[in-house]
Amino acid sequence: MADLEKFRAETRAWLEQNCPAEMRKPMASDGDTFWGGRNTKFSSDAQRVWFERMRDKGWTVPHWPKEYGGGGLDGEEAKIVRQEMAAIGARQPLTSFGISMLGPALLKYGTEEQKKEHLPKITAGLIRWCQGYSEPNAGSDLASLQTRAVGDGDDYIINGQKIWTSYANYADWIFCLVRTDPAAKKHDGISFILFDMASTGVSTKPILLISGYSPFCETFFDNVRVPKSHVVGTVNRGWDVAKYLLQHERAMISGMGERGVGRPLGQIAADSVGADAQGRLDDAQLRSQIASFEVDEAALAAAAERAVDLAKAGQSHPAFSSAMKYYGTELNKRRYEILMSAGGIDALEWESDRSKGGARPRAWLRTKANSIEGGTSEVMLGIVAKRILDLPGA
Amino acid sequence: MALVLTEEQSMLRDSARGLISDKAPVAHLRSLRDSKDATGFSRELWTTFAEMGFSGLLVPDQFGGSGLGCVEAGIVMEEIGRTLMPSPFLATAVLAASALSRGGSEAQKAQHLPKIADGSLLAALAIDEGAKHRPLQTKLQATRSGNGFKLSGDKAFVVDGHTADLLIVAARSAGGAGDKNGLTLFLVDPKAKGLAVERTAMVDSHNAARIVFDKVEVNADSVLGEVDQGFGLLEGVLNIGRGSVASEMVGLSEEVFGRTVTYLKERKQFGKPIGEFQALQHRAAELYIDIEITRAAVLKALQALDVDLDKAGNAVSVAKARAGTTATLAVQEGVQMHGGMGMTDQFDIGFFMKRARVCQELFGDSNFHADQLAQGKGY
Repeated sequence: MADLEKFRAETRAWLEQNCPAEMRKPMASDGDTFWGGRNTKFSSDAQRVWFERMRDKGWTVPHWPKEYGGGGLDGEEAKIVRQEMAAIGARQPLTSFGISMLGPALLKYGTEEQKKEHLPKITAGLIRWCQGYSEPNAGSDLASLQTRAVGDGDDYIINGQKIWTSYANYADWIFCLVRTDPAAKKHDGISFILFDMASTGVSTKPILLISGYSPFCETFFDNVRVPKSHVVGTVNRGWDVAKYLLQHERAMISGMGERGVGRPLGQIAADSVGADAQGRLDDAQLRSQIASFEVDEAALAAAAERAVDLAKAGQSHPAFSSAMKYYGTELNKRRYEILMSAGGIDALEWESDRSKGGARPRAWLRTKANSIEGGTSEVMLGIVAKRILDLPGA
Repeated sequence: MALVLTEEQSMLRDSARGLISDKAPVAHLRSLRDSKDATGFSRELWTTFAEMGFSGLLVPDQFGGSGLGCVEAGIVMEEIGRTLMPSPFLATAVLAASALSRGGSEAQKAQHLPKIADGSLLAALAIDEGAKHRPLQTKLQATRSGNGFKLSGDKAFVVDGHTADLLIVAARSAGGAGDKNGLTLFLVDPKAKGLAVERTAMVDSHNAARIVFDKVEVNADSVLGEVDQGFGLLEGVLNIGRGSVASEMVGLSEEVFGRTVTYLKERKQFGKPIGEFQALQHRAAELYIDIEITRAAVLKALQALDVDLDKAGNAVSVAKARAGTTATLAVQEGVQMHGGMGMTDQFDIGFFMKRARVCQELFGDSNFHADQLAQGKGY
């Protein structure tokens, strides 16, 4: 315990010294997120300095082993780093699907060579990854995917189409599910493979969303040649890897609500609707909505903390991430409904400097995808019903 | 602190569960109700509780207890919630023990705490006066008289007040309704002249009392804590009670949910188990998630109470508000999914519904606690 307290004090001092003031302010929009990658650009010097310092310390991913570019911290220490960063409002120095999704799957299923090749580039922000899972006819029913990989000597030739590929147009590499045995039952003929988005035959097309942004793409593979050594895990057993990764994806999406929007909802609402003589929000219904939202938000934060502690104690259920994904995304939608309501007319401006290009309504619309991406709320409830509650029926 | 039980805490849970499920299943409450038992709980079982150390859980070692914390009290409360066992545990072992050990003089502690630990003294906390829990609105008047006070006014919903050997009474010694200053806690003998106790059998077949104070004389030694400065002590004790009741509601919710899921697997309609219907699967899954999230919030609050009672208010409000809405949902879904059987007295589910409603009101309902949270955050 004394060691941990010492570690906390050192961490606090280091962060105080090294985290630029600008990186302790809430992000104004998603544009302030640093994703890394070959074509990356920093939005400010402070963002660059903060990233580089954290990278050099191994703290872009504090809990990964040092040999792969992580910080080599154990669970308790990593928790302390998270807590101390949160205490000063420090931004994530690097956001990446490599960290939140591919990395955990590689650590569990990758060969030593694959880990050495890819993990350090993820922690150093050199390669930006995207996920090739969904297809036009394989969304919630993911295992019915049709993208084919046919063997040709030491390579596979890949043909097919993916959809909802987040940021595929900015990504350097893709982790992708392909059908390697069309004759097998649908879960049994799928492999998990990695390749460079610059490979011949790969093309992407952004999909414009109701938020006015294009975070998602259609992605096309036309005779893309990929070495067989890029398969992660066993050929035709990619579903195991995919499922494991999905748990991490769901945990990541359920945590989106916790990033918050900087100021407390009550204050944001007070800006537009004002307060009554007792200092209470001058809109009793809105006040009550905010209060009950904050009750649930605090409870979810406790549940997220408990999920980590349960996992550490070996007491967690593998399907619990579905429960958290469901609740977290529904809650995040509630948060943004309240934010829109609190902002009133001001929150409706779509194109103006004052509204920072309509940051709030765009974010509100973006949250509507939370309960669809990574498995819909209905799919999550189905997983809980069958795998945790053991209710009957296919 | 990790949000999981330690090995010792798991052992405490197992032994509490073993005892309570064995000696006091829901049938125990049912038979006390049906026989209109004068006490409303089993004194014999309370003696067993004392022998196992449960009654002295929050009593410091030097007064014969085990000096454990709110997490441990919550563990026992959760097990009580699973079978709805009526017990002086909350009123005596949680509320009175906390009030005395936190606010009592050495003499008061020495007089009462060992008796709480050995199970020989029952106590009750008298707070509420109106239909809703509003401690700051306390009106029961404490007027100075000689070296002591005279108490006049009414209390309602005094849990286990009908069997108490000792009352802890919140009174207004100065100021007016809504003031934090001017509240004083008193230790009062229920047999004192001018004091009338009326047992009120409640909807959940547990017991409370209405108490009328007509110029009840108490001397200066009966002040618990400081005159006019009782609110801080009271708020801390109430928060311990709130966390404990939230924990009871987690046990209650989980039990009623477990019975419901079992029923979904067994009951057949249209030629298949009703648990195959997606509409019910999704509702069951939602309820499961709700209970799990509430469980985490409640454990977080109990730990916060043990770490720093004065800073635990927000966490406790979150826990009590969540537990209230979760328990309400759990019993409603439980009755609905059991269909007509859920409405019958013969079936146990209705007992859970009634107890959930009482727990919701006890020490502030979900609205009260959401409001507390909002006030704490300044909006």
